[in-house]
Amino acid sequence: MSIKVQDSRYKDITARAVLYAVLVIAAIYYLAPLFLMIVTSFRSMDEIRVGQLIEWPKSFSLAAWSEAWNQVQIGAREELGLKPYFMNSIQMVIPSVAISTLLGALNGYVLSFWKFRGSGLFFALLLAGCFLPFQAILLPHSIVLGKLQLTGTISGLVLTHVIYGVAFTTLFFRNYYINLPGELIKAAKLDGAGFWMIFYRIILPLSTPIIVVSVIWQFTQIWNDFLFGVVFSDPDSQPVTVGLNNMVNSTTGEKRYNVDMAGAIIAALPTVFVYVVAGKYFVRGLTAGSVKG
Amino acid sequence: MTTQNAPLQSLKENKQDGNRMTTSPRKKGIDYWLPKIVLSPTIAITTVFIYGFIFLTAALSVTAEPLMTIFSLTNPNIDFTFDFIGLDHYVKLFENDRWNGALLNLGIFGVLFIGICMVVGLIFAILLDQNIRAEGALRTIYLYPMALSFIVTGTVWKWILNPSVGIEKFMQDIGFTNFTFDWIVDPQMAIYTVVIAGIWQSSGFVMAIFLAGLRGIDTSIIKAAQLDGASLFSVYTRIIIPSMRPVFFSAFVMLAHIAIKSFDLIMALTGGGPGNSTDVPAIFMYQFSFTRSQYDMGATSAMIMLMGVAAILIPYLYSELRGEKQ
Repeated sequence: MSIKVQDSRYKDITARAVLYAVLVIAAIYYLAPLFLMIVTSFRSMDEIRVGQLIEWPKSFSLAAWSEAWNQVQIGAREELGLKPYFMNSIQMVIPSVAISTLLGALNGYVLSFWKFRGSGLFFALLLAGCFLPFQAILLPHSIVLGKLQLTGTISGLVLTHVIYGVAFTTLFFRNYYINLPGELIKAAKLDGAGFWMIFYRIILPLSTPIIVVSVIWQFTQIWNDFLFGVVFSDPDSQPVTVGLNNMVNSTTGEKRYNVDMAGAIIAALPTVFVYVVAGKYFVRGLTAGSVKG
Repeated sequence: MTTQNAPLQSLKENKQDGNRMTTSPRKKGIDYWLPKIVLSPTIAITTVFIYGFIFLTAALSVTAEPLMTIFSLTNPNIDFTFDFIGLDHYVKLFENDRWNGALLNLGIFGVLFIGICMVVGLIFAILLDQNIRAEGALRTIYLYPMALSFIVTGTVWKWILNPSVGIEKFMQDIGFTNFTFDWIVDPQMAIYTVVIAGIWQSSGFVMAIFLAGLRGIDTSIIKAAQLDGASLFSVYTRIIIPSMRPVFFSAFVMLAHIAIKSFDLIMALTGGGPGNSTDVPAIFMYQFSFTRSQYDMGATSAMIMLMGVAAILIPYLYSELRGEKQ
């Protein structure tokens, strides 16, 4: 009897050990490219010229970082490095996120508490927009941006990201508001509170978590966007994803993967930072709509 | 007011989403119009920029060139001739070898990417669900690639897979001199490198979806089954996995959607090459529209992509909506 108990306990411990080993190996697999990026970005140019990618660094240097940030020639652009692209991304992402989140909050508020005939149908139609393959609108959109003289401007990109992001933000807010107790709003209405008053005094103070979800989602999507960036902007307004891609693909001659890696980290840093700081909300945005409840 | 008119219906609707508020049609004050005014920009945007543009793309795909000149910037003479040519562009598209190659690549990529992501995601969701001590940290690690741009992922993997500096060189240098791993420069194999990078980026996301699904399962059934002597394995295969069918469906739709839209990853990783060996419809569409100015082919390929997404999405939305009504 006692032997059997010990035996099964032994089996349990082995199973746990294997389980943890598998999980840790998987973690190493996911982390390896990031580790490689970071380590490589700090290797010196001299070492890169003779060395290979996967090896323990023998030197430490910040040269690749400053090279990627403001020295490398990208395309025919006058300003050097990823810096101008990074600044474009910042200028693009802040208004896009703010406007689309605000619009989403208002839409969600109306679609949850101020329904009118057809609003449900509209919500369904808008929802389909979340899954729209953007290729299906690229051509007309580029024509309209051209007509509006917004091709190749950051404003054009902001407009584009707001338009095609509002479906997501509306979905987030609507699904969040619909689960708030309706009595709250009913009572406020009976007390004579109007549309804006209820939004401002009751709904908005309750919205912090979903605002965070929406902001993070939009920030990640827009910062990481490549398609709109490459189609609708010119060298002066290209976002950092396009800058990075041009940099990596335009380097002629010698292989400078340390510069590429530093550039990749620069492009990834804002979204990774957000993920590390507010990962919980990031996951909630990702899974919103994919898992009910 | 409404409750008197249609008590049953309004009850049902209240049940469906606890807080429906009906504005009395009698007093059409500011609060009657405000919601509509607030929603109107989004209605306009959706109508024009989503549905209107889809219609225009569809129109481009079934008309001869002139329609494009209506919109062309340089041509001030608006020409409203609508030269309907039926499905000619579609026939031409499917006679195009490059397009067919792109479709085949999407097929290979899609099947492997979706299949492996689902399997890996499910396995790691189950493993993480065994009361793991550092679950939060592990989950964070598995999921972080999802926060990266596909361009970043592509850049990193491009170097790792590069035979002259990456894994191949590393293995050769540590003694395996015959080791070769040059898929990225091999037209036959390059599409599989896209699969590798895609899985690295997205499998953690699938895991997160599955894990959320696992956590949503009623544990009392599982406990009852275990009391009846069911092994952990059969609890998973007989009870848990079958009950997660909707989650599988969601994950499939998400992944299929990523696969069909995949553009940035391939642009950064292989640029569609070597040759056109990693071409997919999204790249085909981009290059025909914006580097070759063959708008007809661009629009037609975009419509096929849209139809592909719709074919996957409509059953999904249908089942979601039906589920909501139940």
